[in-house]
Amino acid sequence: MSSIRVLVGTKKGAFILTADGKRTDWKVSGPHFAGWEIYHLKGSPVDSNRIYASQSSGWFGQIIQRSDDGGKTWNTPGSSAEELKGPGGFPKGESNKFVYEGEAGTHQWYDGSQHPWEFKRIWHIEPSLTDPDTAYAGAEDAAIFKTTNGGKSWKELPGLRKVKGNLWQPGAGGMAVHTILLDPKNAKRIYVAISAGGCFRTDDGGKTWKPITKGLKSLYELPDPAAEVGHCVHRIALHPSKPDVLFMQKHWDVLRSDNAGDQWNEVSGDLPTDFGFPIDVNFNEPETIYVVPITSDSLHYPPDGKLRVYRSQAGGGEWEALTKGLPQKDCYVNVLRDSMAVDQLDKCGIYFGTTGGQVYCSPDNGNTWSAIAQHLPPVYSVEVQTLK
Amino acid sequence: MIRVQLPFHLKNLARIEGEVELELPAPVTIRAVLDAVEEKFPALRGTIRDHGTLKRRPFVRYFACKEDLSAEPPETPLPDEVVSGAEPFLIVGAMAGG
Repeated sequence: MSSIRVLVGTKKGAFILTADGKRTDWKVSGPHFAGWEIYHLKGSPVDSNRIYASQSSGWFGQIIQRSDDGGKTWNTPGSSAEELKGPGGFPKGESNKFVYEGEAGTHQWYDGSQHPWEFKRIWHIEPSLTDPDTAYAGAEDAAIFKTTNGGKSWKELPGLRKVKGNLWQPGAGGMAVHTILLDPKNAKRIYVAISAGGCFRTDDGGKTWKPITKGLKSLYELPDPAAEVGHCVHRIALHPSKPDVLFMQKHWDVLRSDNAGDQWNEVSGDLPTDFGFPIDVNFNEPETIYVVPITSDSLHYPPDGKLRVYRSQAGGGEWEALTKGLPQKDCYVNVLRDSMAVDQLDKCGIYFGTTGGQVYCSPDNGNTWSAIAQHLPPVYSVEVQTLK
Repeated sequence: MIRVQLPFHLKNLARIEGEVELELPAPVTIRAVLDAVEEKFPALRGTIRDHGTLKRRPFVRYFACKEDLSAEPPETPLPDEVVSGAEPFLIVGAMAGG
């Protein structure tokens, strides 16, 4: 029987939640890396025991951790005594070395001046769809890095920052590559999203990138309707069977593209508010999508104190509130952009974490929900592994 | 023998308990101690000093013999008490939690 492993990154450590395919009886392990901020953990699609984690702290900086046994034990890649003895000269303690290629350059600062690029942390790690030793890392300040040796060393794909990087400007949460999507049908195609930077696509494996923002409207932040960069994209998602169809939760607006981001159309429809952070797609239904509406950019909590996931089974436009099992009064949590994920079981499970430390699961496409962990630190990210 | 005390989180990262003990040739400087700590525990590279520039991270502090050595040049020789092992060299996470 299949089982589920949920990887939860929080402000004070990582937690791993496991259950069988019924998804009713959950065990919680952790905190792993107690006291550290865990922005993201994600497992390799081709080796479920291989999990990468981004561990950071304002004091001691960035650490990359890797597990090769499904999260039971962890190591900083390339730092074991055995590897350091290797005659080939393994990198020594460079798994957390993220250095911008060439001249780091500058980007726009809050006052409109130019500010040097400075590495702060890794927000998101996206393991390759085909090779467990290859993964991409989304950084703050915004850049994408790649490892091909299991995280022992990382190299920037600098073409991304050449797409008008001097015009990117940090939002309130910083300026980070927070979303990386790999096209399962085209190994050369990658999408990334950057808050207050925009949305970008490469078709040559990361050498060159182009903005894919046509159709995005940010009237107050970006009065120029033709602005290619600077849109505050909160999250994008795709379904592996239809990778040219993209869904986006923008600062305001929910949108879709049917041509790999070349043109976007708003599908906010009858949502109570189209501000929010995460968006995801049902594993079995490529036109069924989920968002969590948040009151506004000034009020980062659900409207009316009711935590509601909204589902569209038409790829947007028409939405229904999913409330059964979710708090419908006095709820003032937020759901961050990397905190929603889906499993791959026949009846798709939907998962999300909150800044109040709850992790919710729906084992039935969103119809009913229950908290599978509570009282955790604020949840930064949720990923799901379906173990068969 | 040089004794080095690491903060809680770096001890966990290095998977050690207690102090780090180092044998170093003279002159024993701040840089020499940090180089040796990082060589012994590669997982700590980048956590005390930035990769590349080797600048002290902003919220890390160095102390010895009740003196704050954080702003001293890396070539600064450490006090005799540290070199002899009578006093430890302290690497501290700054009080900056808010």
